[in-house]
Amino acid sequence: MFRTSAVILIALIVAFLIISLVSSQPWHTIQIFMFEPVSSKAHIGNVIEMAIPLMFSGLALSLLFKANLFNLGAEGIFYFSGVVAASIAIHAQLGNWLHPAVAVLAGGLVGALLSAIPGILKAKWNASELVTSLMFNSILFGVGLYLLNYKLRDAKAFATVSYKFQPTAILDKLVPGTRIHTGLIVVLVCIVAVHFFLYKTKWGYELRMTGINRNFAEYSGIKTAKVIILVHLIAGFIAGMGGSIEVLGMYNRFQWTALPGYGFDGALVAMLAKNKPFAVIGGAFFLAYIRIGADQMARMSDVPSEMIAIIQAVIILLISAEQFLKFFKNRMLLREAAKDA
Amino acid sequence: MQHELLEMRNITKVYPNGVLANRNVNFALREGEIHAVVGENGAGKSTLMKMMFGMEEPSEGEIIVRGETVKLHSPQDAIDRGIGMVHQHFMLVPSFTVAENMVLGMEPKKGLGIHYDEAARMTLELSRKYNLTVDPHAKVEHLSVGMKQKVEILKALIRGAKILILDEPTAVLTPQETEELFRELKGLRAEGHTIVFISHKLKEVKEICDRITIMRSGRTEGVFDTNSVTEKEISRLMVGRDVVLKYEKDMKPYGEPILQVKNVSSGDEQGKQVLSRVQFSVRAGEIVGIAGVEGNGQAQLVEVLTGSLPASSGMVLISGKDIAANNIREIRKMGVSYIPEDRMRQGAAKEASISDNLISTRYRSKEWNKRGFMDGRKIRKLVDDLISDYKVKCSGPAQEIGMLSGGNMQKVVVARECSTNPKLLIAEQPTRGVDIGAAQFIHQKLIEMRQEGCAIVLVSADLNEIMELSDTLLVMYGGEVVAYIDRPSEVSEEELGLYMLGLQKQSEEEVRRASHL
Amino acid sequence: MHSLLDVILTTDFAFSVLRVMTPILFAALGALISNRAGIINIGLEGIMLVSALTGVVVSAYTHSAWVGLLAAAMGGTLIAGILAFFTLQFKTHIILGGIAINLFASGGTVFILYLLSGDKGSSTSLPSKVLPSIDIPLIKDIPVLGPILSGHHVLTYAAILAVFVVYYLLNKTPLGLRIRSVGENPHAAQSVGVSVMKTQYIALLLSGFFAGLGGAYMSMGYLSMFSRDMTAGRGWIALAAEAMGRGTTLGTSLTSLLFGAADALSNALQVLKIPAELIGTVPYIATLVGLVVYAINETRRKNNKKLKSKSQPSAK
Repeated sequence: MFRTSAVILIALIVAFLIISLVSSQPWHTIQIFMFEPVSSKAHIGNVIEMAIPLMFSGLALSLLFKANLFNLGAEGIFYFSGVVAASIAIHAQLGNWLHPAVAVLAGGLVGALLSAIPGILKAKWNASELVTSLMFNSILFGVGLYLLNYKLRDAKAFATVSYKFQPTAILDKLVPGTRIHTGLIVVLVCIVAVHFFLYKTKWGYELRMTGINRNFAEYSGIKTAKVIILVHLIAGFIAGMGGSIEVLGMYNRFQWTALPGYGFDGALVAMLAKNKPFAVIGGAFFLAYIRIGADQMARMSDVPSEMIAIIQAVIILLISAEQFLKFFKNRMLLREAAKDA
Repeated sequence: MQHELLEMRNITKVYPNGVLANRNVNFALREGEIHAVVGENGAGKSTLMKMMFGMEEPSEGEIIVRGETVKLHSPQDAIDRGIGMVHQHFMLVPSFTVAENMVLGMEPKKGLGIHYDEAARMTLELSRKYNLTVDPHAKVEHLSVGMKQKVEILKALIRGAKILILDEPTAVLTPQETEELFRELKGLRAEGHTIVFISHKLKEVKEICDRITIMRSGRTEGVFDTNSVTEKEISRLMVGRDVVLKYEKDMKPYGEPILQVKNVSSGDEQGKQVLSRVQFSVRAGEIVGIAGVEGNGQAQLVEVLTGSLPASSGMVLISGKDIAANNIREIRKMGVSYIPEDRMRQGAAKEASISDNLISTRYRSKEWNKRGFMDGRKIRKLVDDLISDYKVKCSGPAQEIGMLSGGNMQKVVVARECSTNPKLLIAEQPTRGVDIGAAQFIHQKLIEMRQEGCAIVLVSADLNEIMELSDTLLVMYGGEVVAYIDRPSEVSEEELGLYMLGLQKQSEEEVRRASHL
Repeated sequence: MHSLLDVILTTDFAFSVLRVMTPILFAALGALISNRAGIINIGLEGIMLVSALTGVVVSAYTHSAWVGLLAAAMGGTLIAGILAFFTLQFKTHIILGGIAINLFASGGTVFILYLLSGDKGSSTSLPSKVLPSIDIPLIKDIPVLGPILSGHHVLTYAAILAVFVVYYLLNKTPLGLRIRSVGENPHAAQSVGVSVMKTQYIALLLSGFFAGLGGAYMSMGYLSMFSRDMTAGRGWIALAAEAMGRGTTLGTSLTSLLFGAADALSNALQVLKIPAELIGTVPYIATLVGLVVYAINETRRKNNKKLKSKSQPSAK
């Protein structure tokens, strides 16, 4: 906790330094960056809207990291499942709540199945899930973009966007005056479910043990290959739902022409959360907050929002730095030892 | 008064994880002596030596070499001052040749590249000088253990070591190789080298060392001339009490055969035959010991018995049922428990809680689950009971097991494996690297299990342990069972040594008695 | 299919294979060096991107392509140095560190580009320089081979030269011996006074240097400007090339050539009106298939050995 706070503090200081160097009105810019996200109902809404997909991907990545799997495929799955959900939203004729439910579930299932492939390759032949999932990201993006351009594209629109979704498919808004949608409830339910799954069920136990020491798990009689495939399925399902919900909750056409970046963001959220489901909420909100802050800053001052990339890099580098802050701890221990002796 | 070659004064070492490994330790080395450092596992010997060799830096205290206070930040600093170390786990690069290993870090050059011919010549020259014969062009991965050790010693010498630290050098050697090593060490002493000899084999220490420093729980307990103390006195200082390695076992008739191993053979990953027609049985209430120098098929035998390596021919029966088609989980379900050799690799999940570690072999069963969730209250009760029954010193069931000492961690492993009422218990090196107190506790536990009718396979490299505990004893050599001994207490260590080294072998008929038919 | 062959069997195509191979080969050599030292540098993608921008910016301000190249190489080395500092000094997880570098690079380059040029997409407004291409005197007149081998960008020749340099470095020099020892058994290296940290630092810096050259090629050869996320996954392909090349210089180089061919093919196929989005996935699919085949073979090989010992009658 202490370390996470220290890292966040340092990251903010770095942000202030950059702003001071770049901006002609540093103080004003910092104020925008820090306080604009909570300055109005709409902006608070923006933070919450942005936190929803971050929670989905952070949760998926937390599960994978917890099982000691470095799979970064949530990125491609977010995109591809979004395409799947979009095509259902465009083409299917379903009732009011059934339509989004079917679209989101389909996106989730497709995500689970796609995610299972690197899982199976890892479990069966020990192919590096890191490399295969990264290749998958590029492949899924290519195929998804192809589908968008050739199957879903609305020729009458000026940009590369799909046809409009059926109104029945779009997720309901929870809070009037914002775009906060029912996806928020889904993700919170997922977080609670994953928490209970991880810490209260035998499958969660198997997952945790496999992650900590696969040899130990094998030795204890846990079928780790199955665990690896299972966690890929669940993480893929969550990421797939996340992509679908983001598309149906925030837009009325599918309009991603690049990977949305949520896969890597999820890694960052999972790290902030130390792979704990409930802490994912905090991690996602923090990241959403500084992003909205940066967006507002870009809009209202002379500093581009890409500054946030630098802040994120600082956070990742420091938060996974084991030795960071250990120096102080060491000295405290030495002092205690001296008392003992 | 001899010259103090190296001195370590008031050394304190705290590791970043908070372990206090050395407390105000003092150590002095005289030129031209063989100096033993003895102590239990975890007494702080290795830490002290790592500091002497620059691998760790003391938190407090000073190191004085030839009258000069020095700071050793890295092994290079130690090497520069003529200190060399032969590690227990060899520090060799397997895919390199002997010559490449020898010159690593001090490569002779020709232009920009390495002068490989010169490297080979240097190796040969040194090897002749000290009578430590090695082939410079051989790949290290193909060498025997004894050979590798020679390479290690030469590696230290080529770097100009006058002080040689040997960390438990005989642990991996056969008695014959040990003797050869001792001849070589005496030769080195005659050449004016000074040797630090870390061991807990007191006989060896008495045989070869001039002086002894005894360590206990991170402190020095004293320094003695070897011929002024007895083994018993040393042992008392090491552990603070006389070691009793006598256990009471009542004799009662064995029950049904629980484990039957029939003609089992197997190959390793390289396709080499590692188990050859192994045959024996273990009856209820019997401890069958399996002795042998490590690497003679014991590990693979255990793998076959526990279902992680398929036998290429032959059969393993547990309570009369062939296990060939069964996976680890199913075999465990048949009532098999297994204390693995390496608790860090297999036996425990270091960053998981003690509680999680204690339930890993039973969390699945209905007994511990309620409506799809694990029964937290019941598990808590079990864990609390096990912690107190097995006297695990810890702050509570939620503590990470990795924070415990080796002995307490092993107690957790033993508690988990012994508390499921196994019919068959496979104990592989169950007391390796644990303190004597924990070792005795574990021995008692094994005997208790035996009294209750559990069949036990005890694989151990510790002759003392295996001769004391076993009811019957097998010796393995080269993947075969070469001897069956039905009264282990009556056999001499010397005789066992002959079997273990493959110098002697019982007839087929004698060995086959192990099937108890 | 006929038209496909028409596309491939041309000197133009063979020429373009070498052209697109260049950045992959540079980065793959970088990946090779750091991997042999036991460090997987997944920040190559980001390093290339930073170098690509550095080359453009410095060449624009100094009016010298060569100073730009030098700066790009140094920039790559510097970013690798930052990664090394965190992973080696602060023990940041190397993969997470690599992710951080990549995130930093993809946003950070745009940030800096915007500050310098006011444009977030590309550097067209900066008067950046391009490195020359070279005609090789005798070879250029040989039929067929001449048009394939001559007239390449100077960095393409440098990349091919780098293969030999890296081979010699890893296999014949003290530094190479140390790098390999650190990767195979760091404790052994440490015990003879080879500083593991220092060696890994050097290996990572070298990997950044080579990736930096690859990045310079992207913006000062392949294209003549910097554009947002222009490396487009080449850093990942390089890692895959190293993995498929099984950690040898020759294997890594040949796989890079193969991936270069796949990439060139995807460019060539666009002429045939096959959707560009799908063609773009070809190198990744090739890599994926290659990796999976390799992984399956490895597993088979292990199993076969076990089986072989099974079928043998118990010897002795």
